[in-house]
Amino acid sequence: MQDVKYVKPKTLQEAVTILKDNGPTARVLAGGTDIIVMARERRRETSLFVDIKAIPEMNGIHFDESAGLTIGAATPLYLCYRDQMMNQRFPAIVDSSSLIGGTAIQGRATLVGNLCNSGPAGDTIPTLMVMEGVAHILGPNGERDVDVVDFCTGPGRNVLELGEIIVNLHFPTPRPNSSGRFLRFIPRNEMDIAVVNCATNITLDANNVVTHARMAIGAVAATPLFVAAAGESLVGKPLTDETIAAAANACRDAATPIDDMRGSIRQRKHLSYVLAERTIRDAVHRIRGEATEWH
Amino acid sequence: MSDRIIVNTTINGEAMEFMADSRDSLLEALRDRLGLTGAKEGCNNGNCGACTVLMDGRIVNSCCVLVAETEGCEITTVEGLEKDGQLSVLQQSFLENAALQCGICTPGFLVSATALLDFNPHPTEHEIRYWLAGNLCRCTGYDKIVRAVQDASERMAGVKS
Repeated sequence: MQDVKYVKPKTLQEAVTILKDNGPTARVLAGGTDIIVMARERRRETSLFVDIKAIPEMNGIHFDESAGLTIGAATPLYLCYRDQMMNQRFPAIVDSSSLIGGTAIQGRATLVGNLCNSGPAGDTIPTLMVMEGVAHILGPNGERDVDVVDFCTGPGRNVLELGEIIVNLHFPTPRPNSSGRFLRFIPRNEMDIAVVNCATNITLDANNVVTHARMAIGAVAATPLFVAAAGESLVGKPLTDETIAAAANACRDAATPIDDMRGSIRQRKHLSYVLAERTIRDAVHRIRGEATEWH
Repeated sequence: MSDRIIVNTTINGEAMEFMADSRDSLLEALRDRLGLTGAKEGCNNGNCGACTVLMDGRIVNSCCVLVAETEGCEITTVEGLEKDGQLSVLQQSFLENAALQCGICTPGFLVSATALLDFNPHPTEHEIRYWLAGNLCRCTGYDKIVRAVQDASERMAGVKS
């Protein structure tokens, strides 16, 4: 690696000050599985690693029914998927967390790191979008909240300004009779980058009518896409093969993929439909306490 | 500029204090400063797992960890798997099941599989393959590696001798 310094602040304020004072080549270091590689390959010019793992507010998973879920920015993926509450109440986040990389990556990498990397194919981002995630940000000008839906602005780019850092992600308590699913298509069985990925969060009432629905797809545009039209097409109607097909078509229509070494436009448009349909059906299986169909 | 740093960490049960650069990865420090060349550089970007070591009981790609981050941690490398000159059951099983050819992926596999059997002493074949998905092998086709892990798990459970 080229010359780079390392510092490990103990408090949030210290971290913000260091980031602001050292300019854009000072990089937040949590899991390091993206940033260390990018620094070494000079894809992100780096002069200083700011290790945030010692900062208390950045760590931990906290849930209660009245306040919702808060996940600290430095919380590694394996803590998400080994948590019983997360498996019961936030299974779509468990889906994303357990699909990224492999075991060694999951012991270090973080949801927030994946979000801040802001890759078009980021495997957490569609899920964080449909679960109504909000990024709680601290910077030199104070605190602000940004919906995950509005966070990414382009490949590898997001709304964070110089000196700003995500402290944690917040999610509302899931509604009764709701669940979610994240799925990803890759050519192998594991370790790949998504050709297309998709997340759905859906709520049903007692008559199988959809009261809330959110869908998002990734790897088919410059940023992960929140497809408002897909969710809206489901709401207020009973869930049928026709309504599911309409929502899946809305996802396919919203997708604007490119041809690249991972897939063609044609394949990606097709996969957008297929994964959209599967995530809706699997979310409903989960609401009913049934096994999901695809792994 | 890089900083000269002093790192205090425990490696294979031994408390160590050594000098490194703030830019060093754990892999570089192990191989180039400490002479622990068991961990290998295969890709240097977190894909191949040839550099796998244990850090506080969990497997990590040491190419994706700065040595500075290991302050106060416990590291186990492949060199630390044997006890008092005796190979571990898993190491023995790899030899007996011919679970290696060129051997360059083997240290990473041994560390990863050791962590697996620690976490889950009776993994299914599916669980073994998914846990080891981050360790790549170009020679064996994985089959004998998986059998070696299954064999070790049975021996450790006392099912076989």
